[in-house]
Amino acid sequence: MAHIGSYQERVKNFNWEIAEKELEYQPGNVINIGWYCSDRICLMGKADKPALIWEGLGGKEKTYTYNDIRLRSNTIGQFLRDLGIKPEDRVCLFMDKIPELYLGFLGVLKIGAIAQPLFSAFGDESLFVRLENAETRAIITQKKHAPKVRKIIDKMPFLEFIIIVDHDPAKPLGPREVSFDLENTPMVDQFEIHPTTAESPSVLHYTSGTTGQPKGVKHVHYSLISQYLTSKWVLDLHEDDIYWCTADPGWVTGTSYGIIGAFSNGVTQCVLDSGFSAEAWYRFIEKHRVTMWYSAPTAIRSLMKAGEEVVKKFDLSCLRHLASVGEPLNSEAVIWSEKVFGKPFYDTYWQTETGSIMISNYPGMKVKPGSMGKPFPGIEAIVVHPETFEPIPEPGKVGLIAIKPGWPAMMRTYWRNEQAFQKKFKKGWYLPGDRSSIDSEGYFWFVGRDDDVINTGGHLVSPFEVESALLEHPAVAESAVVAKPDFVNMEVVKAFVTLKPGFTASAELDLEIMNFVRKKLSPLAMPQEIEFVASLPKTRSGKIMRRILKAKEWGEEIGDTSTLEDD
Amino acid sequence: MENLLMDEMKDIVREYVINEYVEDDTEITNDTPLISGGIVDSFSMVSLKRFLENKYKISIPDDKATPEAFDSVNKIVDLVNDFLK
Repeated sequence: MAHIGSYQERVKNFNWEIAEKELEYQPGNVINIGWYCSDRICLMGKADKPALIWEGLGGKEKTYTYNDIRLRSNTIGQFLRDLGIKPEDRVCLFMDKIPELYLGFLGVLKIGAIAQPLFSAFGDESLFVRLENAETRAIITQKKHAPKVRKIIDKMPFLEFIIIVDHDPAKPLGPREVSFDLENTPMVDQFEIHPTTAESPSVLHYTSGTTGQPKGVKHVHYSLISQYLTSKWVLDLHEDDIYWCTADPGWVTGTSYGIIGAFSNGVTQCVLDSGFSAEAWYRFIEKHRVTMWYSAPTAIRSLMKAGEEVVKKFDLSCLRHLASVGEPLNSEAVIWSEKVFGKPFYDTYWQTETGSIMISNYPGMKVKPGSMGKPFPGIEAIVVHPETFEPIPEPGKVGLIAIKPGWPAMMRTYWRNEQAFQKKFKKGWYLPGDRSSIDSEGYFWFVGRDDDVINTGGHLVSPFEVESALLEHPAVAESAVVAKPDFVNMEVVKAFVTLKPGFTASAELDLEIMNFVRKKLSPLAMPQEIEFVASLPKTRSGKIMRRILKAKEWGEEIGDTSTLEDD
Repeated sequence: MENLLMDEMKDIVREYVINEYVEDDTEITNDTPLISGGIVDSFSMVSLKRFLENKYKISIPDDKATPEAFDSVNKIVDLVNDFLK
């Protein structure tokens, strides 16, 4: 029986107090995500239950019980406290999906500091702008990623500690570097958890917009209420589930549902820390008898590309429930999953700013392949007119998704950018920046972004950031970056580039520029295609018209060109 | 002679992978899993494919540029050789 039961009944009788009561939280009391994800589960009599089954390259495996994660997060918290890290200091977690990332996240929260997870594939420039914006005091990383930090350390006087979790003692530490070997540190059993309350800041995730630098999305400890309940009702986590969330905690899915949702529900979760291959993923599911699998459309389409034959080599009968997030899940992928796994992927919709699932398909509810589903109980979501922001009552008409603010995991602000935060609201609605329609049965149908942000593989890339990086290449005079359609990633980055005098377009220069952006920003931001052009379309006031370039890529009407600069 | 060329090609590809995708002193052999080992991600694979196409004046169709075919220096060189024949 699915936890949510009847969706209609839940909507009718919903109140966030349901989650508060289940978590035995009284408004005004202490609420600390680190404690709820480890100590509380131990107090519930599940100290010896496996919490985290981790598998790394070459089949290396480690299992941590709830008591293990309690002790280890205490130990990391104590280490940070001894360094002088104080409540609300920002501590960046810059690691692959190794156990220290999951345990460190909880340790940071336990001392009341703010966890700032960053994707470990970020290049030094991407890392720098995010650390600088947050004025991060400490970064926890691995020796393989330390060179990127060293490259920018001189520009970051605020960064006092670079904590390396796998330092080779035979090698010297660099300036501000500290070695921390968790497994060889005495475990801390008794630990005073910082008494955070509902509005105490917890996590700072960075997200990209069309213009300006990435923004730090500030979440608070009360977000647990939404993350706990959506994990239970949407992902349908049960006591005996083996759960696999494939997301990296460098992004919000990896923390909201890859750490907080899973551990606060006391389930066993698995983590695979290696690159993608269809065989490796199916083998992982079979080996660990995964029952609940939360993944992303890009991964699902990559599995589709690998074919059905490979699926037949494995016994995947353990799978009970599948869900997807990151970008719209196309109907073909839903139908394919029903065919090969015997069950559909249930699409879920939310974003970094919302902190938890907003619109979703639910166990027991009819899935319309290609639809995002319906709002989570307690979430009021509609579509509004893009100019007047008035509700659009007609079914099937496209408008902007609008959500009534007030759910527990809603971001509280953009870090040091209240102005940008306020711009996200119109006429009392929060606007995530996506367009959709709603059919006559109340199902949402995603149409696209309302801005130029590129959604590649479920991750948002700012065209502004990529254009800025391109301009730093000595050969590039001007650039415009747009989304290009892609079967696997939905969209990929495409750059139009004009060259400075003395430079000539060539295959070698093309590759050089690609790698330049990849190392500076990240592989996601690297243009998968560069088109060298003589000039870029501009308005008479000199603004580059990305819209025209994007329309060409998508085979759409170019639209009004009356403001276009004359040739 | 053919073996010598193969060895040279492996050296070139391995050097490229080390220079472009490895940040620390991780040892890369001709059998090191590159994609499944998380050394080269699926996005970066595009730049590796572009390098091979430029270097060896070949065109690798997208359906042949799979994570499996790019998973080690040895596999990459086998793939390139298929298009050099």
